[in-house]
Amino acid sequence: MEAFIFNLFIFVLASFVGFELITKVPPTLHTPLMSGANAISGITLIGALIIAGGPDSVYAQWIGFAAIIFATINVVGGFMVTDRMLEMFKKKEGEK
Amino acid sequence: PNLIQIFYLIATGFFIVGIKRLGSPATARSGNQLASLGMLIGVVVTLFDREIIAFEFIIAGMVIGAFIGIFAAKKVQMTAMPEMVAIFNGFGGGASALVAWGEFTRLDPSIFDTQGLVTTGLSILIGSITFTGSFIAFGKLKGFIGGGRIALPGQNYINLLLTAIALGLVGWFAVDPEYQLVFWLLFGLALLIGVLTVLPIGGADMPVVISLLNSYSGIAASMAGFVLGNNLLIISGALVGAAGLILTNIMCKAMNRTLINVLFGAFGGVSDAG
Repeated sequence: MEAFIFNLFIFVLASFVGFELITKVPPTLHTPLMSGANAISGITLIGALIIAGGPDSVYAQWIGFAAIIFATINVVGGFMVTDRMLEMFKKKEGEK
Repeated sequence: PNLIQIFYLIATGFFIVGIKRLGSPATARSGNQLASLGMLIGVVVTLFDREIIAFEFIIAGMVIGAFIGIFAAKKVQMTAMPEMVAIFNGFGGGASALVAWGEFTRLDPSIFDTQGLVTTGLSILIGSITFTGSFIAFGKLKGFIGGGRIALPGQNYINLLLTAIALGLVGWFAVDPEYQLVFWLLFGLALLIGVLTVLPIGGADMPVVISLLNSYSGIAASMAGFVLGNNLLIISGALVGAAGLILTNIMCKAMNRTLINVLFGAFGGVSDAG
């Protein structure tokens, strides 16, 4: 119970930080921001590592294995497409 | 273990500064790079966790995932970015559901307390909705599925009812975790809700929906963090969940719509579609 309350505190406080982080975003940045935040939500990869690398059951390891594939696609692909989008903006500005 | 926590704290800082910088054109690219660095730190440090003893699944999974991710990210056309983000997001949400399922499977259900079971159920529910919802969003943008509004009469009521039932199943699961049927019903229903809630929404509103699903996948990751007792997951997931919600709202305003209007807009379209 103690740990749960502590985690709940962290969750609520982090949510407030998240709410405050984004104020005014120009429309051109909507998709890249969404994409970048999406890549961060691939953090669940860390949970997948713990499941797949755990000692307890082979069945769980296979589930973890699938989770790692999914989460890695999210993380690697997510950060890469975000970078590609933002790179394009830079070029556009340079052309002016 | 303490050292791991300190590195997790550093990664968290990178995520916060990264998201902040992504919100402004001049700093956006560096923000993305900072966030990816934070991710790298988190992953590498986790591999030193004493609980992790088997690496064959980890290495194989990461190689396969990275290969697919890089291939998809390189191949995608600039105009097809929103649907690419949707797919990635779907995989992230699916991964969170799998993490909760895996943790539940590998441990004896009797050692879970009520909070652990509720968060397991929520992680599976939200993660699965994100998974199928994102794929429907992808299909709509790609034109595989009709871009218009596909809805049964009273679709919104059906969706609300199904969501209420799903939440009830989470509660049932928390009370009686060893009853397998409830677990599978919850999983199946969540996947179905993802399909049914996104299907009625018109193609033009898809970016807003993807942004909302992105917020969901953050919350799913956060719930998975509760299940595992992992700070980094809880914090990063909550950050994305909250920031994603704000961004969704901003995107709605840019289109002169409200979120309620986007999500339940099919009310007006029912007669056309039916």
